[in-house]
Amino acid sequence: MTTFLLNREPISLTDTDPDMTVLEYLRQDAGLTGTKEGCASGDCGACTVVVGENTPDGLRYRSLNSCITFVHSLNGKQVLTVEHLVRNGELHPVQDALVRHHGSQCGFCTPGFVMSLFALYHSEAPPQREAVLSALSGNLCRCTGYRPIIDAALEVLQQRHGDAFDLEREAIEAELGQMETSVLPNTPKADPSVGFWQPRTRQELAKTLESAPDARFSAGSTDLALEKTQSSRSLHGLIDLTRVEGLNSVIVDDTGIHIGAAVSYSDLEPALLADYPEAAEWLERLGSRPIRNRGTLGGNLGTASPIGDTPPLLIALGAEVTLASGHGERRIPVAELITGYRRTQLQAGEWIDTVHLPRRRPGSELRAYKISKRFEDDISTVCAVFYLEPDDERVAEIRAAFGGLAATPLWLPDWQASLVGQHWPSLDIEEAARRLADELAPIDDVRASARYRVRVTANLLKRFHLETTRTDQLSRVFNSGVAHHA
Amino acid sequence: MRKLTDALYSSGTVPRQSSGQAGHPTAHESARRQVAGSARYVDDLPEPARLLHAAVGLADVAAGSLKSLSIDAVRRSKGVRGVVTIDDVPGHRDIGAVFPGDPVLVDGEILFHGQPLFAVAADSYEQARQAALAAEWVIEPGTPVLTVEAARAANATVGKTVEFQNGDSSTALERAPHQLSGEIHIGGQEHFYLEGQASLVIPEEDGGMMVYTSSQHPTEVQKLVAEVLGVPFNQVTVDVRRMGGGFGGKESQAAQWACLAALLARQTGRPVKLRLPRGVDMAATGKRHPFVNRWRLGFDDQGLIQAADIEVNGVCGYSPDLSNAIVDRAMFHSDNAYFLGASRVVGHRSKTHTVSNTAFRGFGGPQGMMTIEAALDDIARAIGEDPLTVRKRNLYGTDDRNVTPYHMTVEDNILPELIERLENDSDYWVRREEISEFNRANPVIRKGLALTPVKFGISFTAKHLNQAGALIHIYTDGSIHLNHGGTEMGQGLFTKVAQVVATEFGVALEAVQVSSTRTDKVPNTSPTAASSGTDLNGKAAQNAARTIKQRLIEFATDHYAVRPDQIRFEHGDVIIADQRLSFAELVQAAYLNRISLSATGYYRTPKLHWDADRGQGRPFLYFAYGAACSEVSLDTLTGEYSVDRVDILHDVGHSLNPAIDIGQIEGGFIQGMGWLTTEELKWDDQGRLLSNSPMNYKIPSIGDTPPIFNVALYPQSNREDTIFKSKAVGEPPLMLPISVWCALRDAVASVADYRISPPLDAPATPERLLFAIDAIHDAERNAS
Repeated sequence: MTTFLLNREPISLTDTDPDMTVLEYLRQDAGLTGTKEGCASGDCGACTVVVGENTPDGLRYRSLNSCITFVHSLNGKQVLTVEHLVRNGELHPVQDALVRHHGSQCGFCTPGFVMSLFALYHSEAPPQREAVLSALSGNLCRCTGYRPIIDAALEVLQQRHGDAFDLEREAIEAELGQMETSVLPNTPKADPSVGFWQPRTRQELAKTLESAPDARFSAGSTDLALEKTQSSRSLHGLIDLTRVEGLNSVIVDDTGIHIGAAVSYSDLEPALLADYPEAAEWLERLGSRPIRNRGTLGGNLGTASPIGDTPPLLIALGAEVTLASGHGERRIPVAELITGYRRTQLQAGEWIDTVHLPRRRPGSELRAYKISKRFEDDISTVCAVFYLEPDDERVAEIRAAFGGLAATPLWLPDWQASLVGQHWPSLDIEEAARRLADELAPIDDVRASARYRVRVTANLLKRFHLETTRTDQLSRVFNSGVAHHA
Repeated sequence: MRKLTDALYSSGTVPRQSSGQAGHPTAHESARRQVAGSARYVDDLPEPARLLHAAVGLADVAAGSLKSLSIDAVRRSKGVRGVVTIDDVPGHRDIGAVFPGDPVLVDGEILFHGQPLFAVAADSYEQARQAALAAEWVIEPGTPVLTVEAARAANATVGKTVEFQNGDSSTALERAPHQLSGEIHIGGQEHFYLEGQASLVIPEEDGGMMVYTSSQHPTEVQKLVAEVLGVPFNQVTVDVRRMGGGFGGKESQAAQWACLAALLARQTGRPVKLRLPRGVDMAATGKRHPFVNRWRLGFDDQGLIQAADIEVNGVCGYSPDLSNAIVDRAMFHSDNAYFLGASRVVGHRSKTHTVSNTAFRGFGGPQGMMTIEAALDDIARAIGEDPLTVRKRNLYGTDDRNVTPYHMTVEDNILPELIERLENDSDYWVRREEISEFNRANPVIRKGLALTPVKFGISFTAKHLNQAGALIHIYTDGSIHLNHGGTEMGQGLFTKVAQVVATEFGVALEAVQVSSTRTDKVPNTSPTAASSGTDLNGKAAQNAARTIKQRLIEFATDHYAVRPDQIRFEHGDVIIADQRLSFAELVQAAYLNRISLSATGYYRTPKLHWDADRGQGRPFLYFAYGAACSEVSLDTLTGEYSVDRVDILHDVGHSLNPAIDIGQIEGGFIQGMGWLTTEELKWDDQGRLLSNSPMNYKIPSIGDTPPIFNVALYPQSNREDTIFKSKAVGEPPLMLPISVWCALRDAVASVADYRISPPLDAPATPERLLFAIDAIHDAERNAS
């Protein structure tokens, strides 16, 4: 049984399909049509809702795309919809500000903006433009040009005061705390392969996997859910990894930054950026805020997509990954995990458990570049990550890894080796870039031509060299100092 | 006598300020409901009992002939209640809006990849989608025609080539001191209305249909549903409360889905809802036309144009749809704001095996305008002057140099003053200097600046569409019910027209209830398109209001024994000589004295005439003007860029609602900027749309809004007699971001010190910009 709070109403689901999305539930079953379907792929944000959950710091609200979130994943949480923001006929401050600033025209995207703004209102974010852009990065509006929405958001953040939700906070925390959130049984089903399971421990996970070997892993479901919403394929057996102890936490110690495979990007952000602040722009561009509230490293590695943005960073940083099963675990370099187009060396019965990043080495240089048509929430034309450890201006270690250039994430050990020992500031970068370009054989696709990909990758190496040798030259159009907040 | 009612708005309860009257920045009539999630769109309507959900099956090749279509498996699929193919159509099989060519389902020949083959209705949306995948068919593939070149070679067109000729252009071209020519490919654009196409059809007891749809053209939906079913128009009623965005994409192309739902409703006898999943919407509905345009200009040493030969080629897709009017409008705007001297403008309409391209905000105008703006940049580089200087020199004159290639005299040109003002407000020349300095110091990041004007013709070029109707009822509590032929798609039309009516009666805006556009209330309406919604429907509603008001005045004159000039309607009251009544009190008195409180209103646009055969006349009542100054930063290593500052000065005449007008300007600007920058449509070599989802088709997101974005309204009334002297605002601002495209090209040109005009097509993606930089380096090397 799945239990959650729909606004203030406790809901129990017993016979709902494992792959029903939150959006389907809201519109079809609950009759709450304020939440809209614009794309059913997590790209437009018309379906944005806010989910509240108890954390060690108390109740926390986050925006997510209800169209690609499975309703059973709400177990033990509260889902807030736009209808609930109106109290006794009074608009919530974020709604009121949108009206006063003329922030809606056709109005179809508006409920999604309202919910993203509501999550922002209840966050610690400063009342600054960057924070607003980040919070609304997953909401598309085709009518307004966004200016009035930005103005409304800034005003309401500047005048932030308590709302009805603050008054209810303790009651909700208590209700969620009491809510039955044990493992979903789903066992009375005739077919043992049908279900949505939420194991709490690695042991339970192993057992679930044994009894439902064909079930699919689900964490953020930002990619998986598309099989249903875009390809009309039913997903009968789903194992939710986000409740597995150890898979949902980050540990930072002397040996590294250990990120559970089911930790969302928003949750790994502080630890990652503390050691590697240069990854800020890359993280901002990796996906919109609601996507980063759901997406995980385990998911991005597991799908092994050639355009995944995390493998290039992880490979360039020399990260490792622990693969585990009921029988033990093994730790391998991330570079070896992905074996082909959307293929990994994950065995039956195994799961991606933890990603291990090395701690920052003093003096090292990192740049994570992403090239796409649009700055926010776009798929990489090319993702290029460069990592350099200099020793007295000579290259002691250099690692580069790329997305969007081959059927798998790409790295070039021979090319890297050829640079080791060279004097970095006086390196013939044109020649190094030419040799890099010679190694590349990408394809033409909807995002760009092969020719552009090769040109831009070589140029990104030049940029890396420029940025690590010349501080007097402006080299970026985008302000990489975007504010970050969960 | 039964008690009438308490007056809804009695004297003194209405705010004395004239809030909500014409000219005030009133909030959108639905704003509160939109933010609360209670504004209903078609898919949100309470579902009627026994509702079925529909889906369509799409052809998977671009050309060929359908040899067989087996829908047995579809019928057997879980939950299925009905399936229709073209053979199940009792009436017209073709739903072409103006010309034939649009079969409601595949009718033998496959016309494009994604063409609907059949439609299926099932108990649930999921079941219908699953069932739609179950069909089997045999198609004998043909060779798809996919480009302008291939279409021209195959002589494939959807309409006759049209030509405007003003003066002896070829001689003038030859004699001009300088000549330049060029070609530009301009991409199309997906509408990406946030609410996809949707229709809900309920069968009526008489064989007719009640249709709830998301359409800009209810009357056309009514006509086509009736024709497809083979019933008289009066058996079909169409209701449109609002759309979640239209932008032209629901002008002609909403009808097909209503027709399919109606066919399924007829077959099953049950209500049917058909809403398209985003991927189907993107594959199966038309877009902004891509164009391939060529130009040759003759000019003097000052860059003053003496002669022009311009050819525009619209990629129309498989059918005429609205393409002929769209290519015409591209021709009408291939001069933009400039006097071309002796000119010839030719417009071709290429037929291709792609989805039938359709109306999209600007309606061909933007593609015409882009061409001349690109050309003016080239002239400026050729003579070594700043592009703004050359643009200003070439603007239409007021007393001479004021006749367009289609022989219309430009009577209302305000651009010289408007541009001068924007030039000052935006510090164009100071920033030009600063940017030049910046660019000299920065090899990697280059800045660009451009100021471009817009002159956009207002009126439907199909003369008969320039008419509108309205219906007003006043109830005995003093509340007013307003209906007109225009549809609300977010543009604020309902708000503006309600403001007009509130102003006429001197009542608060809240006293005026706007409701769904319905074909049984106002018949035979034009589409809400061509920016004309307020011009037409505002006037029609005003006329209806004045009819009733005149009756009230006549009644009061008689009843209270006063002169007409002693009666005033203001602040919710009626002043009758020294007596003050509430509006409701007067209405009740009029009712008791048997005065009709309901009236229709009608309007047709004056002064229009157009001789299509000669390509001459006055197709527009007036022009709307504007100008924008945009500054960009370009990364010469990757071609990525940012738009750093935009200043706009735009002409809406005397604004009916400045907040709504500014919203249209800002929104139009960003939408046009998307068209020219990030939004790239791509097909593969078999005619399959690759950019078929928001994953790979990128409209502007919030971070693309320029951090400095100044928009001002040009304070001058319309010289023509329009509704409260306002001007249309829907489409013109979409062309303001041509300044962004020109600024990007300016940044590229800086790489060779502005001596070379770089080749650049649209949209200016990072890839195109990086290769434009390469091209400029190559040109530099060749020159030295």
